[in-house]
Amino acid sequence: MSAVTLYGFCSAALVGLGLYGLIVRPEPLRKVLAFNLIGGGVFLLLGVVARRGASAGLGGDPVPQALVITGLVVAFASTALAVALVLRLLRDTGETVPASDAGGEAPADGRK
Amino acid sequence: MANTTTAGGFLLVVAIVLPVAGVLVSLLLGGRRAERVAFVVMPAGLGVALAIATRIWRTHDVLQYFVGGWMPPLGVGFRADGLSAVMIVASALLVCGIGLFARAQFKTPPGSETRAPLMFWTLLLAIWAALNTVFVGSDLFNLYVGLELLTFAAVPLVSLDGRPETVAAALRYLLFALLGSLLYLLGAVLLYGAYGTLDIALLCRRIHAEPAAWAAISLMTAGLLAKAALYPFHLWLPPAHAGAPAPASAILSGLVVKAPFFLIIRLWFDVMPGMPERAAAQVLGILGAAAIVFGSIVALRQARLKLLIAYSTVAQIGYLFLLFPLAIRPETGHPWGTAAWTGGILQAVSHAFAKAAMFMAAGLIAEALGHDRIAGLAGAGRALPITVFAFALGGLSLMGLPPSGGFIAKAMLLTAAVAEGQWWWAPVILAGGLLAGGYVFLVLARAMGEPIEPLRLSAEVSRGRQAVVAAVALCAVLLGFVPLHPSDFLQIGRSVAATAGTR
Repeated sequence: MSAVTLYGFCSAALVGLGLYGLIVRPEPLRKVLAFNLIGGGVFLLLGVVARRGASAGLGGDPVPQALVITGLVVAFASTALAVALVLRLLRDTGETVPASDAGGEAPADGRK
Repeated sequence: MANTTTAGGFLLVVAIVLPVAGVLVSLLLGGRRAERVAFVVMPAGLGVALAIATRIWRTHDVLQYFVGGWMPPLGVGFRADGLSAVMIVASALLVCGIGLFARAQFKTPPGSETRAPLMFWTLLLAIWAALNTVFVGSDLFNLYVGLELLTFAAVPLVSLDGRPETVAAALRYLLFALLGSLLYLLGAVLLYGAYGTLDIALLCRRIHAEPAAWAAISLMTAGLLAKAALYPFHLWLPPAHAGAPAPASAILSGLVVKAPFFLIIRLWFDVMPGMPERAAAQVLGILGAAAIVFGSIVALRQARLKLLIAYSTVAQIGYLFLLFPLAIRPETGHPWGTAAWTGGILQAVSHAFAKAAMFMAAGLIAEALGHDRIAGLAGAGRALPITVFAFALGGLSLMGLPPSGGFIAKAMLLTAAVAEGQWWWAPVILAGGLLAGGYVFLVLARAMGEPIEPLRLSAEVSRGRQAVVAAVALCAVLLGFVPLHPSDFLQIGRSVAATAGTR
């Protein structure tokens, strides 16, 4: 198995782990971390794609490498926004798992 | 295909740069001047949007711009076809209408506290910039950045008033949206890995029906569905759209959810024309049909006006996705020559105007009565006649009654369902209209009723704001006068994809 394939499997595993965490864990902070795991998997995949497309004496295709940088900036910004919202929720309600997450839209329906 | 920047192509860049410049200038000058900056940018942006549409209308050809003169795959291009032009003009009109409406609610206060107006006006302009980026982008990664900008501008709008439940709604919206954009990015990376380009025009020539392409397109579509809040990914939408301030709800429900829908159209009809399988399109159609039925029935059961309108958005989004089974590989000519194509796009535009008007009307009603419980609406029709009339006009379009854009859209979808021999969509389209009639009537009947005790208004609502709402609702009605046959304008720029796609 070549290194490229191995890293490809790694990125697939990261995306899978992240998806599992994002869907199964109710705590927002864990969801944010899971989101970052998926992000890591996607960026690793970009690295794999860059390596596979190496030509003209370069170690890798520069386009995916440039995309990784933009992707990292976006992922950083979204993590910051999510953490800010979680902190705000913690400050105002004392807990981070929003009550509405337990029962979906129940409070709105129940107010009949 | 002429691979050069077309005359007037710079307009596409201006359409994006103008609102971004507005955001930066407002942040520099501070909250005191944000409103004034927005009111300079809005007419200018509307002018640019109209200029783009006129140019495409006159030349009957696409507008293209290549940044720095670099051609794809090295450079990044912008491209506007008839479909983009329609969406750009619709969003410009709506942003201006919402801006006029929001003026009273987010006017610069006399004190030193100016955070809320600053945030609202900058986020409004940011959403506009992101929408235009999505509508003219022709590079999949650029479109990803546009989508993320849209998310970052839309999520804070939800929690603008800072109540814990709106913060929770914003957080949930953000998590759904982030999952969606990551799936989209994953698909884009797979496409780049397989075909070595992210440019839509180049991809459409290189892509084959093979596992890599299927995986990529499925991932991207799934991600975009989460952002478009198609059933069963709608969970985040009602609390987010109902909790936001009225002008914010109007733009979120009217425009923001249409951007991912627009990208799915780009993917299915531009990136891989001729490739999508009927079975895959049927799945999208079935989800759309489920959204129509589920959203409408849950809307009927709501006790709060804004939640009712939000669930109706869930239902109306369902109609958009009937476009896919009805327009893909039709027996009668190209997908974009079908009634379903024009009907689906018209549904997106007329729903944008109708729903924005309804959310703004609900905002005025809540402001005047001090609450938005449907059971306590009695007397609103007498106190706010123009507002309730605007709400009814918006409802007309949702029900699909003539004259309204919604009628033309649904009639065309219905015609397409019969013409393509897919009769099973017809009862869903009709049932959705009936259910919409039910929930709109529920509100109107209450609002027209006599209050038990004389109504005491908690705030006066100016006639000007009511008139803005009525004008926006009137746009949805005026769309009912477009001719009832496949539009030529919406086919501009499709022929390129057609020749490349029919291999």
